[in-house]
Amino acid sequence: MSGIVKFVQGNEACVEAALYAGMDFFAGYPITPSTEIAELMAVRLPRKGGMFVQMEDEIASICAIIGASLTGRKVMTATSGPGFSLMQEGLGYAVMAEIPCVIVNVQRGGPSTGLPTKVSQGDVNQARWGIHGDHAIIALTASSHQDVFSVTVDAFNLSETYRTPVILLFDEVLGHMRERLDIPDAGEVPLVDRLRTSVPEGVDYHPYLPREDGRLPMSDFGGVHRYNVTGLFHDMWGFPSEDPQVVHELLRHLVDKIENHANEIMRYKEYYVEDAETLLISYGSSARSALHLVADRRQRGERIGLLELQTLWPFPSTLVREKCKRAQYVIVVEMNMGQLLQSVRMSLERPERVFLANRVDGTLITPIDIRNVLRLIQGKGV
Amino acid sequence: MAIKDYVRERFFPHIWCPGCGHGIVLNGLLRAIEKIGLNKNDMVMVSGIGCSSRIAGYVDFHTLHALHGRALAFALGVKMSRPELTLLVPMGDGDALAIGGNHFIHACRRNIDMTAIVMNNRVYGMTGGQYSPLSGFGTLATTAPYSTIDPEFDVVQMAAAAGASFVARTTAYHVQQMASVLEEAILHKGFSVVEVMSPCPTYFGRKNKEGGAVDMMERLKNMTTPMGSKAKQENPSLIERGVFVKKEIPEYCTEYQKIVERAMKG
Repeated sequence: MSGIVKFVQGNEACVEAALYAGMDFFAGYPITPSTEIAELMAVRLPRKGGMFVQMEDEIASICAIIGASLTGRKVMTATSGPGFSLMQEGLGYAVMAEIPCVIVNVQRGGPSTGLPTKVSQGDVNQARWGIHGDHAIIALTASSHQDVFSVTVDAFNLSETYRTPVILLFDEVLGHMRERLDIPDAGEVPLVDRLRTSVPEGVDYHPYLPREDGRLPMSDFGGVHRYNVTGLFHDMWGFPSEDPQVVHELLRHLVDKIENHANEIMRYKEYYVEDAETLLISYGSSARSALHLVADRRQRGERIGLLELQTLWPFPSTLVREKCKRAQYVIVVEMNMGQLLQSVRMSLERPERVFLANRVDGTLITPIDIRNVLRLIQGKGV
Repeated sequence: MAIKDYVRERFFPHIWCPGCGHGIVLNGLLRAIEKIGLNKNDMVMVSGIGCSSRIAGYVDFHTLHALHGRALAFALGVKMSRPELTLLVPMGDGDALAIGGNHFIHACRRNIDMTAIVMNNRVYGMTGGQYSPLSGFGTLATTAPYSTIDPEFDVVQMAAAAGASFVARTTAYHVQQMASVLEEAILHKGFSVVEVMSPCPTYFGRKNKEGGAVDMMERLKNMTTPMGSKAKQENPSLIERGVFVKKEIPEYCTEYQKIVERAMKG
């Protein structure tokens, strides 16, 4: 650690991490509860020669960062539900054209304008399937500011490694709550920089021809290789193609490059999982309440544990199956109507033992909320 | 450099219909670029979606075939990151002013140094002939079988009002003027808008009984007049061609650099 300790909001932890990761282009549009990210970027980025721009809407914001990423910059935008909906179009473009970028969604209550200042985790499945067409996506989350920092740096690393947009799904409680953040020294956390082509000037460069390891070296726009970028299905030069083989191979590549590396992308934490008869699965700020309950119950000798997921997409099915093996009951703790619940149930052989502890009224789920579900399952009554 | 060295020859012949004006826009643009003597590595073309946007595939620059209506937003990201690059942003009329209308006015307002070319054929050609915000009241289209009741935008007035520092109009018929206006637009430091009226005989012409490609060219000749001409005073329905706005005002990337300097001083 650098010895720099801050008492910050989660949004600020995210900003610190993005700057640590080398992000130097941010475009955004004001929206609660993510606005602090844009405000802090407006202060911090010009100080290091980076670019901050407030666009006319969220559609333009994501388009601007895609353009900037093509020139070789590490880029980011931040928003919340309504803005995230608007960004789906650009997100799909970034998936198709394989543009590294990071999109932060500090979730609030929805649908529509919903609950601007209140917490929710209602965009989990939108992050997975919000854009049209088949695709794979990476979405990460965290439950503490130290972890917000880690997964934000991870998000940039993964987006460069897999040439893909990465979504950070935080939530209002996390974004606005203040707690301690230890900022690591420069070099302490490994950073993945843009993989640039070694093809020299004048030699045919293929922006969409994967290397043997599946990675696609890039060439900065404005550099020595001139190529095409499009949201249409395209060949290895980036030019539109409707050739069935080209289409098939590109779609398979877009999905496989992420799904086949699910294990490398998987981030999670576990507490008392080994002998747990009751296993809670949670993420984001809900996981804080879940952990509180687990610690409390453990003191009374109950065999209860928590699996905290930080990678939501690609969904870590194998991990969930493995960790749930010994559990009699599994309770998914989340602030929505059971979005991750579906994925957990699909991963397990006996989905009937998976229950939901949720809260969808704009307030943070409490340990008591979870305890009540636990007692119902155990036949003890609330 | 010869004109043909600016294009990706392997993609020709182009996809545009016989009689379409868009190929002439490409021609005029390349002549302007040749005259300025720009290096291919220093040019980025960002286009949207539609017939017009396919122009990006034919030029041997850095080309970004972006999303429908969003070309200017993508272009801003490129330009702010690399202000030394020359940005060309060709768009269709529906692309630039319907779905992209918001981005268009804000790009004008920011006065960021790039050249927006509105290839105005008054119709959605790629989807088969629907009316656009530039079709104008009383025109026929597949989505206006009984004629449109939508009045059109005046691109020149709109761009000027929104703050663009260079605004011009020309046509696919007046190709010499087009090349010289585009040259001036590219050299201008700020946000340049050039409307190029471009005939679509396949859809707009056929629906509105404007005849074939040659007839439509002749219409462009007859329905327009140089800015401030006597003919305009006598016949106010004529559409003026020329450079309407050319002013030196603070440019976005230059101003941003000043912000960086101020922030670094602390």
